[in-house]
Amino acid sequence: MSQYLIRRILIALPSLLGISLVLFTVLALAPGDPFGELAQNPAVPPEVAASLREKFGMDDPIWERYVKWLTQMLQGNWGFSFVSRVDVDVLIMQRLPTTLIVIGSSQILALLVALPVGVYAAVRPYSLFDQIATTLAFIGFSLPTFFTGLMLILIFSITLDWLPFVYQSNVEATGLAFYWEHFKQSIMPVSVLGLFQAGVLTRFVRSAVLDVVRLDFVTTARAKGLRERAVIVKHIVRNAMIPVVTLVALQMPAVFGGAVVTEQIFRVPGIGSLLIAAILANDTPVIMAVTFVFACLVILFNLIADLLYGWLDPRISYR
Amino acid sequence: MTEPLLDIRGLKTHFKTDDGMVRAVDGVDIAIGRGETVGVVGESGCGKTVTAMTVMKLIAMPPGEIVEGEILWQGRDIVKMSPDEMRKIRSKEIGIIFQEPMTSLNPVYTVGDQIAEVVRLHEGLSRREATDRAIEMLRLVNIPTPERRVKDYPHQFSGGMRQRVMIAMALSCNPQLLIADEPTTALDVTIQAQILDLLAEMRERLGMAIMLITHDMGVVAETTHRVVVMYAGRVVEEATVDRLFGDPKHPYTQGLIRSIPRIDTAAEKKERLEAIGGVVPSLLHPPPGCRFAARCRFATDKCTEAMPPLRDVAPGHKVACVLYDA
Ligand SMILES: Nc1ncnc2c1ncn2[C@@H]1O[C@H](COP(=O)(O)OP(=O)(O)OP(=O)(O)O)[C@@H](O)[C@H]1O
Ligand code: SF4
Ligand SMILES: [Mg+2]
Repeated sequence: MSQYLIRRILIALPSLLGISLVLFTVLALAPGDPFGELAQNPAVPPEVAASLREKFGMDDPIWERYVKWLTQMLQGNWGFSFVSRVDVDVLIMQRLPTTLIVIGSSQILALLVALPVGVYAAVRPYSLFDQIATTLAFIGFSLPTFFTGLMLILIFSITLDWLPFVYQSNVEATGLAFYWEHFKQSIMPVSVLGLFQAGVLTRFVRSAVLDVVRLDFVTTARAKGLRERAVIVKHIVRNAMIPVVTLVALQMPAVFGGAVVTEQIFRVPGIGSLLIAAILANDTPVIMAVTFVFACLVILFNLIADLLYGWLDPRISYR
Repeated sequence: MTEPLLDIRGLKTHFKTDDGMVRAVDGVDIAIGRGETVGVVGESGCGKTVTAMTVMKLIAMPPGEIVEGEILWQGRDIVKMSPDEMRKIRSKEIGIIFQEPMTSLNPVYTVGDQIAEVVRLHEGLSRREATDRAIEMLRLVNIPTPERRVKDYPHQFSGGMRQRVMIAMALSCNPQLLIADEPTTALDVTIQAQILDLLAEMRERLGMAIMLITHDMGVVAETTHRVVVMYAGRVVEEATVDRLFGDPKHPYTQGLIRSIPRIDTAAEKKERLEAIGGVVPSLLHPPPGCRFAARCRFATDKCTEAMPPLRDVAPGHKVACVLYDA
């Protein structure tokens, strides 16, 4: 088991290296660089611009710059933002917790909705409950988050004025009130992201359970004299969880992608809005670092998916 | 005769489908005495499994429905029982094993846990006691090193071994009846014989009755006391094994017996197996009268007028065929 883990991590390292190389090259070849505006700015003499370019090695060959970036990175030196001059790792550490809290809460919300609804719908297929649940799930994952997000803002912030419009990172309150403010401003982004995910997951849970209910061992379980509830929870759901848990872990990259959009809509100061701002400002070190952090998270969740899969399914063995 | 253990009377189990009612079981009478082994034979689709599952009340309703009849279990009618009453009978009083040992066990639990689940449920044993019982049951069904094997998962067993586990599980509460629905069909020939021997051995030691469902007349001849022959959802003949093979009455039974491969003669004379020609009638719209009429070489007009009832032709020998009308 621990051997398997070590081997998986060793395999992950070259992939991360490859991803970083591709990212770096694409960014380097992309039109526009942080000094593009400098050249157009008449206040900056061309000699200064040229010396700055030289200082940052902007005209060196790509591979040389990549090796430089990599060695710096490995020493924990992630560079600084060309825009705000703050160190990139500081920026990321400021933003990452917010994103993780929003994503984590929305995933929990999604599971809390999708598991009971999906299971209940599947054990009574084509019942009224199933039809309503399936339809709502379909609507839920068909509506893009930017649409539902704007709808919620229109209703709850503008019309009803119940919830704050824009996410504030520095809430001016202490004690319980502090948490209450944070809770209130998280409701909408978490709901938008969570209900979208709940739509996707409900359909998946339902079909995973439907795949299991018709298997022979379910009949065996009933023939034992177990209550229907025990048959469903101990035998059906336990088996249906194997693909569901794997999907949840593998969906994480998509969830991060969704978070980028949601953070933009609600102005959540997370890592996603940091990335968008950095892209708009051609802030290469920040773009590079954020995308690299995303890549690491994706690979981490893949690994978690693998481990969970083997933990849930005794037929899989780590060799 | 003393009261039978299980007495199925005029049972009709139908299924509602888009095309109409499928009369899968349409008037079945089977009685099984204590400690007796009764074979139920018939072609694929004649309603053997549906009959067995109805006895356990494991038919999904809807689409299934028990339209008529009663199933007396030690004098109490299973058809009228509440789900709670029925649950106390399953595995505790009637055990069941199925055709597919590869898929009948839950892949995510150890075989020990799956056997223990039954005895904990019905006998309220502690986890430890239940595991001990599981080991004891695995030993009883001749699984080597049961102390180690209880902790193994189903995928670590072969098909034959899994069927042994299923038998251990079905017998763990010492039921009075074991329903075995084609327990050897999915297994290799050599393993088949071992499982049948095991069932016979278990009956000797534990004394339960067995309802052995099969479409293999050879298996019936070797392992059962009495045989019920089913055709298109109905019982057409019932007799002791000796009488059935010595003096089969129903033209369908005669056909079945002629179609048994004879190892001694077939090899030498290259004798062709005499399969029964024709097709089984639709269970959606069964013809009036004898359901075998379309394939029967003795059929007359009388056969299609009314359904011939199951009648005694000799003590313990019943047939549903107009040829034996007094
Ligand atoms: N859920 C159902 N809906 C509709 N028809 C069904 C259903 N279950 C069984 N049947 C029908 O009932 C008939 C009897 O089926 P059954 O499984 O009892 O046959 P069997 O004698 O066990 O055959 P086999 O030897 O193949 O196991 C079949 O024609 C089948 O199509
Ligand atoms: S009742 Fe008629 S058709 Fe049916 S088996 Fe007897 S002879 Fe044949
Ligand atoms: Mg069957």
